[in-house]
Amino acid sequence: MSKIEINNVYKIFGNNPNSVMPMVRDGANKEEVLEKTGHTVGLDNVSLKIEEGETFVCMGLSGSGKSTLIRHLNRLIDPTDGEILVEGTNVMSLNKEQLIDFRRHKMSMVFQRFGLFPHKTVMQNVGYGLEMQGKTEIERNKIAMEKIDAVGLNGFENQFPNQLSGGMQQRVGLARALATNSDIMLMDEAFSALDPLIRSDMQKQLLELQSELKKTIVFITHDLDESLRLGDHIGILNAGKLVQVGTPVEIIMNPADEYVKAFVKDVNRAKVIKAKIIMKNANEVNGIDKTNLIKVNEDQFIEEFLPKIVCSSANCEVVDKNGNIKGYITNKELQSSLTKS
Amino acid sequence: MKLRKDKKFFFNIGLLFIFIWLLIISYSSSKRKPETVGDLINDFSWLQKWPKWLDLPLMKWINIGFKKLNETYGFIFEAINNFLLAMLMALKNFLILAPWPAVVLGVVVIAYFASGRKIRTTVFVGFCTFFIGFLHPIFWTKAIETTAIMLISIFLCLVFGMPVGILMSRAERVRNKILPVLDLMQTIPAFVYLIPGIMLFGLGAVPAIIATFIYAVPPLVRLTDLGIRLVDKEVIEAADAFGASKKQKLWGVQMPLALPNIMQGINQCTMMALSMVVIASMIGTRGLGDEVLLGLQQLNVGRAAEAGIAIVLLAIVLDRITQSYGETLQERRAPVKKK
Repeated sequence: MSKIEINNVYKIFGNNPNSVMPMVRDGANKEEVLEKTGHTVGLDNVSLKIEEGETFVCMGLSGSGKSTLIRHLNRLIDPTDGEILVEGTNVMSLNKEQLIDFRRHKMSMVFQRFGLFPHKTVMQNVGYGLEMQGKTEIERNKIAMEKIDAVGLNGFENQFPNQLSGGMQQRVGLARALATNSDIMLMDEAFSALDPLIRSDMQKQLLELQSELKKTIVFITHDLDESLRLGDHIGILNAGKLVQVGTPVEIIMNPADEYVKAFVKDVNRAKVIKAKIIMKNANEVNGIDKTNLIKVNEDQFIEEFLPKIVCSSANCEVVDKNGNIKGYITNKELQSSLTKS
Repeated sequence: MKLRKDKKFFFNIGLLFIFIWLLIISYSSSKRKPETVGDLINDFSWLQKWPKWLDLPLMKWINIGFKKLNETYGFIFEAINNFLLAMLMALKNFLILAPWPAVVLGVVVIAYFASGRKIRTTVFVGFCTFFIGFLHPIFWTKAIETTAIMLISIFLCLVFGMPVGILMSRAERVRNKILPVLDLMQTIPAFVYLIPGIMLFGLGAVPAIIATFIYAVPPLVRLTDLGIRLVDKEVIEAADAFGASKKQKLWGVQMPLALPNIMQGINQCTMMALSMVVIASMIGTRGLGDEVLLGLQQLNVGRAAEAGIAIVLLAIVLDRITQSYGETLQERRAPVKKK
C-alpha cells in the first residue's frame, strides 16, 4: 500500500464547480473552460502514488496547480471530485474533529513565505504543533529545543521571527514541521523565497535530516535543479494535468512531451546522472581497452569523474562499495548520455 | 441559476406592490386629500407643488410604535437604565471622591505602561491631565463626569462591537448584512437617536451613553473585522495545517495579530465617543459639554473657549494612551520580514 494515493482528483475554482465537471471530464482544456464558463481548472484528473519514506517532488511553473495539489493532501483545499487516500484512509471521509486530529498527528507543513507566527518566539513557534496535540509546556519546550538544535538555531529560541533572516526563519518553519513527529511532511516551495546559497544549504540540511528520519516528504518547487537534487520521484504538472511521473533520470533521459523537454533542456546532466545509470554491465562488455582504467564508484555523478576521463581519455571501471566490478563506461556511453536530446 | 432569477423577479414584484400600497395608504389617511379622485384629473395644480396628500405617514407610525414599545416593554428599558446608571454612578463617585493628585498619578501610570515605558508620552499625558483642572477647578469634576460616561460607552462598545466584528470576519454573508447597518448608524445625525434615547430612558446620562454607543461602535466593528481578515493568509494556513480548531485559531493567532488594528478601532471609538458626549450636553448630560453650552448661551467667549480647551486636553490624554498602546503592540508584533 502506498503512503499517499491520489485518485482522479479534479479541482475547479469558481461559483459552481460541479456544473463545469462534465465539460472538464470530456477533455476541455483550461483556456476553453475559463472562456466558456469563467471557472478555473486547478487540477485536472491527477492520480499518483507516493511511497513511504520517499521524497516526492511536484514540479511545474506557477499556475500549474502544484500548490493546489499539496493543499489537497491535508484538505486545506477540498477537491471538486476524486479521492485522496493517506495510509489507506480516505481523507475526504473525515469529519471536522477527525480532520483536526489527522492534521495534528499525520502531517506537518512548511510554507513558502514561512507562515511563522510573528507574535510567538522561535520556541513557541516550533512548539505550536505540539501545543495543538495537547502536550504540556515542559514537554513542548523540550522537544522544541531538540528540533531547534537539529536545524542549527541554538541560541535563537527566545527571539521573534522578525528578528531572524529569511534562511533562519525557514529553519524555524522546518523545525516546527519536524517537531510534531508526523510521518508526512508537506513542503510548499519551502526554499523558493531564499537566496541561492542559503537555498542550497537548506537542501543539504534537508537531505541530511531525511537520511536519518526517513519521512515521507512531498516537496513542491518550480526549480528543476532542486527537484533533481531532492526527489526520489518527480511529478511534473502542466495546467493542472500531471504530465509525467518518474525518477530524476527518467525525466531527463525520456521527457514525456515538449513541456517537460523545455524544462530539462538546460539541465546539467553530468550533475544528475550517476555512473551506474550509463554503465554497460560487465558481462555485456567485450573488447574494450582495459589497459588504462579509471575506477569509479557506482553512485558517483558523471560530473565527479568527468575531468579525469577527459584528461586521460581512458575508460572507466564502475565498482560498488565493496570494490566489486559492476560495469564499464566508454566514451561512447558518456557522449550519448551528455548529448541533449 | 434559473430559480435565482425567478426569485429576484418575484422580489421586485413584491417591492412594487408594497410601494403601491404605501401610496394608497398615504392618500387615504391624509386629511388634506381632494374630495373625490376625479378632482385629480380635472385640476392638475397638484403637479406644480408637492401635494399635501402625497405624504407617507411614517412619523405617525413611529410615534405610535414607540408609545406601544414604551408601554409594553418599559420594564426592560427601566432595568437597562438602572443598571447603566448604577455602573456610571459607581465609577463617577469613585473618581470624584478620590483625591485629584491620585487620579492624575493613576493616569500617568496607565500612560507609562500603555506607551511601552516611553517617558516623553507619559510626561506629556500627565501635563495634559493636570491642565484640565488647572484651567478651572470646576472642569476637574466635569471632565470626570464626561470620562465616566465615555468609559461606560466604550465598555459597551467592546462588549457588543468586538463579537460582531469577529462574526463579520468569519462569514461574508453576515458582513454583507451588517455593513449597511453600520453605515446607517454612522450617517444618521446623532440628534436623531438622542430623541428616542430621551423618550426611553428620560433625560440625563443614560440616553447619552446609548447614543454614544451607537455613534462610536461602528469603527470598532469595522476595524475588528478588517484586522482579522488582514492577518497573513499563510499564517492562518499554518495554524490550520497544524490542526488548530476554530477557537484556537481565533484566540491564539487571529486576535493577537489583529490587535494593532483593533486598538486603532478602540482609539477611533474613544475619539468619537468624546465628540458625542459633548453633543449629548444638549439633552442635559452633565460634563464638559454643558460648560461649552453655557458659554454659548451667555455669550461668554472666555468660558466656552476654556471648556473647549479642556475637551481638547481630555481628547489628547485619551488619544495618546490608546494610540501609543497600539503602536507598542505593532512594534513588538511586526509582520514577518518578507524577502
